[in-house]
Amino acid sequence: MQATFRAVADTGLLVSLATDLDPAAHAAVTALDRALAAAPPDGLQETVPALVNLMVVFDPLITDAATLQAQIEPRLAALDPTPAQGREVTVEVCYDPPFAPDLAPVAAAKGLSEEAVINAHLAGEYDVLMFGFAPGYGYLGGVPDTIAVPRKPTPVRDVPAGSVIIAGPQCLITTLTMPTGWSIIGRSPTPILTGNADAPTLFDVGDRVRFTRVSADRLGVADD
Amino acid sequence: MTDATLSIRFAGPMVSLQDAGRTGGLRFGVSPSGPMDRIGFAAAHAALGQPPSTAIEVSLGGVSLTTDTPLTCAVAGGDFDIDLAGQRYQGGQVLTLRAGDTLTLRAGRAGSWAYLAVAGDLDAPKWMGSTATHAPSGFGGGLISSGQKLRVTSPAVRDSRLGAIPAFTGHDTGPIRAVMGPQDQHFEDAALSLFATTTYRVGTAYDRMGMRLDGPPLALKSALSIPSEPILRGSVQVSGDGVPTVLLADHQSTGGYPKIATVVSCDTDRLTQYRSGDRVAFTPVSAEEATAQTRAFADRCSSYLSQIAEDRGTLADRLMRENLIHGLLTDDED
Repeated sequence: MQATFRAVADTGLLVSLATDLDPAAHAAVTALDRALAAAPPDGLQETVPALVNLMVVFDPLITDAATLQAQIEPRLAALDPTPAQGREVTVEVCYDPPFAPDLAPVAAAKGLSEEAVINAHLAGEYDVLMFGFAPGYGYLGGVPDTIAVPRKPTPVRDVPAGSVIIAGPQCLITTLTMPTGWSIIGRSPTPILTGNADAPTLFDVGDRVRFTRVSADRLGVADD
Repeated sequence: MTDATLSIRFAGPMVSLQDAGRTGGLRFGVSPSGPMDRIGFAAAHAALGQPPSTAIEVSLGGVSLTTDTPLTCAVAGGDFDIDLAGQRYQGGQVLTLRAGDTLTLRAGRAGSWAYLAVAGDLDAPKWMGSTATHAPSGFGGGLISSGQKLRVTSPAVRDSRLGAIPAFTGHDTGPIRAVMGPQDQHFEDAALSLFATTTYRVGTAYDRMGMRLDGPPLALKSALSIPSEPILRGSVQVSGDGVPTVLLADHQSTGGYPKIATVVSCDTDRLTQYRSGDRVAFTPVSAEEATAQTRAFADRCSSYLSQIAEDRGTLADRLMRENLIHGLLTDDED
């Protein structure tokens, strides 16, 4: 796959596999990510997989962008195109009021019953595409078209941590109380952030998430 | 040895606990955090003769604290005003607090961030293996607030360390150097030259996540929807209205706004010491130049840190040395 390389000042190399969203480009991003993790070049500090590109972060006292590009190009040519089988992780979600304030608007927008929206969400298989925005905010691709809704025109403030939110083809479980313009269709008691340096989140890019329905008593929180 | 307790009498906004920061978290949405001015942070520890650990990062809001146990502390980074039990100092200093003494740091002549390190270990909660505070979430050591108590284990008095810490002179003084991109292709050519020739003012929206710049807007080629891309410290992100923001220690890990340029890592630290209203200009450099500049800068940092890490000896040693120098100067044999 054709890649473009850009030095990001003296500490990064951005490897782009496409300019627009493309599943094949994302598969190449994760394959390159795995290849670099398996045999890290000298001076590599961390990698950041995103939708169509991979940021390679390095120590500028040890290596530089040109050296890394020369090391990465042959690996790109030799990438294994078969997607790696990530782990499958289950996340609990409660769709009951008052934890799903946008369930009714999503149902109305799509001409479905609330129960049908819930069932469609539960039936989805979600791929962890990338993390961004805030710690542990994992962008999960795979929201079925039947319940895909656009982002709201105005964000809602103080959306609680653990909210299960959707916009377009993506779903996300929030980890902080933050504003969001996505539709809130449930609340999850499953901790996403572990605080552990080796495995900071319940799932990594390339893993697959399934949702399972639970009742409000699993949440262990008062109505808020 | 018993622990020392630091009681925070007052803490302004954005005063936090920081260690050197965490790496490896970006892929999970976790920015490195750590000190805004990494040289000031390292200097405070070096002047105490100890490896970098957790320090208090003091914002322009200032901090005031007391100790129940004698304790040597170092202040470095921005040129802040220091008051120790009525005695006033400016800039980098190593000081010993007696039990009950109050130490106050306030915004001084220059700089936005100062570092207060203690001789001993400042106890702080770890998150993902680091005490660095990610200010937007509060994860890590945490923001410091009035009334809080902090514990110092193995508190020490190191009188051989006392005195002024020489200011770091290894920073370049010209415009802030930046490598164009990685999304400069989304800007009009006029915007690229405007970025390189404009003198901006640091805006009022300046915190650990980023520094917004006031100046003429930078025009994008078209209304954009680019896939969210990873961000590094120093990225100059331009929002839809053309306003640039330099992203700093607590930056978001990814973003869909294009990045016109990226500040060279060795210039991000001096940039953080600018204040709202200060003038800031950028000069484009190549990635190769950026690497060479950062490597030369790292050498200057190492020599500075080893210079200030040298023990000054006992008071008697220092008096003797000063007398000898004095003697050499006055008993001139010519």
